[in-house]
Amino acid sequence: MAPRGDHAARALPLLDARGAVDHAGAAARFNADAERTGWHDGALWFVREKRDRAAASVPEWETLRDLASAIKTHTLAHLDEYLERFERAATARGIVVHWARDAEEHNRIVHAILAERGVRRVVKSKSMLTEECGLNPYLNARGIEVIDTDLGERIVQLRHEPPSHIVMPAIHLKKEEIGETFHEVMGTPAGLSDPDLLTAAARAQLREHFLGADAAMTGVNFGIAETGGIVVCTNEGNADLGTALAPVHIASMGIEKLIPRAEDLGVFLRLLARSATGQASTVYASHMHAPRPGQALHVVLVDNGRSEQLGRADFWGSLKCIRCAACLNTCPVYRRSGGYSYGATVSGPIGAVLTPGRDLQRYASLPFASTLCGSCTAVCPVKVDLDTQLYKWRQQVAAAGLVPARKAWGMRRLGALLADAQLVQLAGAVVRTALRALPSGVARRLAGGWGRTRTLPTAPKGSFRDWYRSNRPRS
Amino acid sequence: MRGARCARLAAEPDPALVVRASLFVPCFVDQLYPAAAIAAVEVLERLGVEIDVPDGAPCCGQPPANAGFAQAGEAALERFVETYAESEHVVVLSGSCALHVRAHAGGLIGAGRRVAVRTMEFCAFLHDVVGVDRVAALGASLDARVALHIGCHALRGLGLATPSERMLPPHNLVRALLETVQGLTFAALSRPDECCGFGGSFSVDEGAVSTRMGDDRWRDVHGAGATALVSTDVSCLLHLRGVAGARGNALPSWHVAEVLAGRVR
Repeated sequence: MAPRGDHAARALPLLDARGAVDHAGAAARFNADAERTGWHDGALWFVREKRDRAAASVPEWETLRDLASAIKTHTLAHLDEYLERFERAATARGIVVHWARDAEEHNRIVHAILAERGVRRVVKSKSMLTEECGLNPYLNARGIEVIDTDLGERIVQLRHEPPSHIVMPAIHLKKEEIGETFHEVMGTPAGLSDPDLLTAAARAQLREHFLGADAAMTGVNFGIAETGGIVVCTNEGNADLGTALAPVHIASMGIEKLIPRAEDLGVFLRLLARSATGQASTVYASHMHAPRPGQALHVVLVDNGRSEQLGRADFWGSLKCIRCAACLNTCPVYRRSGGYSYGATVSGPIGAVLTPGRDLQRYASLPFASTLCGSCTAVCPVKVDLDTQLYKWRQQVAAAGLVPARKAWGMRRLGALLADAQLVQLAGAVVRTALRALPSGVARRLAGGWGRTRTLPTAPKGSFRDWYRSNRPRS
Repeated sequence: MRGARCARLAAEPDPALVVRASLFVPCFVDQLYPAAAIAAVEVLERLGVEIDVPDGAPCCGQPPANAGFAQAGEAALERFVETYAESEHVVVLSGSCALHVRAHAGGLIGAGRRVAVRTMEFCAFLHDVVGVDRVAALGASLDARVALHIGCHALRGLGLATPSERMLPPHNLVRALLETVQGLTFAALSRPDECCGFGGSFSVDEGAVSTRMGDDRWRDVHGAGATALVSTDVSCLLHLRGVAGARGNALPSWHVAEVLAGRVR
């Protein structure tokens, strides 16, 4: 599974000396290719604009967001009850429900089900939870082949890369690069980059895998506590193909994916695809409410840090997330730094509030990968207060001593300076004098990171205070 | 008071209805861009607002707070609350600082909450308290095709305009103010409210993305055929001017107050 080639190397998280994700460093590397950065930004902005049109077509859009947020808030407040209700209802329908405390337990449960049946080949539709758990390498190491059947995930799988985006896993790749990969791995003609032809080639190969699979895996978009059923949304029908053919279906589900009632589903289905890709609905919204005759259906409920996040007063709201990725598509930083710069399965603003809770030291830079512009919060269909949470994670990162010492010292000094009117006037006078006296190149170098890419302002004669004192003397 | 205001189109101020306000000029505006603050004083005075600019707080404490050091910024915020504790209105010449005060001063004891709810960004104060009709009577003129850049905190945090993400009835109070300026037209940006990339310490810590965002903002501004850029926030302007300066493709750029004061050509 060693990544290959230049692009594959970019898929590896960039770590600093302490083993922490260096978002700024990775983003700088991404931006070194200005043309590609512009292309990536444009591709995602295109999706954002599609989302805007789709949302605008629903007159009650903002009401739906309020409703969805309220339903998720209610569910999370009663998650223990709803999880048990889900288990009872699902069990009554012949679904086998498993509970996994963490990624390791999830992988063990899945492997045990597969091993018991002697499964060698698994087809799996898109599931960020199995990415989060590292399921593929776990099963590969135990002699089980896993074929990702979502086209985007299949592409990155063939390139030995993780997804760079939770909804569009291969959004970082151009069609020519996908053509190259297909040429190398599947023997499509060299230079073929027509999306339809490439899709047809992938489809032909995937059919073989669907037909030969001993088991199918899926993620879960929604689990319905009332009915014990699960709903899986795809555009390619790959979840259905897999589960309709294989004798066993294992669905991995984060415990936050619950909704109370079947009638709540409509609220979320109307929001999900519009927010994600600007479609009115995903092509398939497959309801699985019982195993087919002769088939086994397992649902693995996974915690893996979610209960801990639920217990955090400032961050529990992140569990309302339905993984539409609208916050990634709209984020001006994500668009210009790429999914890999976050070094986590879930990237973008939602990743930056979900992952610090797992390992604050490793992901300390992520809450700072934002201007706090708030576009994420405004676009979120379930009203996660992402920018507020980013601000609050920053406080936690600093409190834990994870901000570089020089910056931390500087910020504390700055805090003292900014409370002292006379010192600010003095500092301002010094800066203005320096701006006037120094050659601009020297001044820019002294201004450090600010001056590297920016000219400095022309120094005004004096401060506003100076002007005010002389022009509006106190009577 | 609002109804009465509408009835008195550009009339002499009725003493009973005189609005008193304290102006807050953020540290970086005070030191590096006094022209915006001087313009704001002139505008407010000409509108008949009885203003004072109290000595005391030089800053709201946002820079360290947004960098994760809210505690280090608390002394500045407390100073702000002390300074403006008695003010009828606190008019802040920055959307970002106004949002910081509104969001965080309430957490402080005593006067914090009272100050927070009385704190308004400059354009919001002109629009909501003084009224567009009176602003129109300033008679400003500017022959320019303007790209309007509303700072993100003013936009999404304070609601000065409907953000493009939200499916709400469109409103834009900054535009409404600028529409009163003779000769001024608007350039239609392809991304009307994309962040400029300043973001406080982000501008240095994430220099590559920040600069790229600034470049992209200018590309949109130029592409829309604008002849000038006007913003609610001097922080955005300092960043955008710096980025364009390094590229050599700057257009004239001003704070809204400078345009309304008729100080720019």
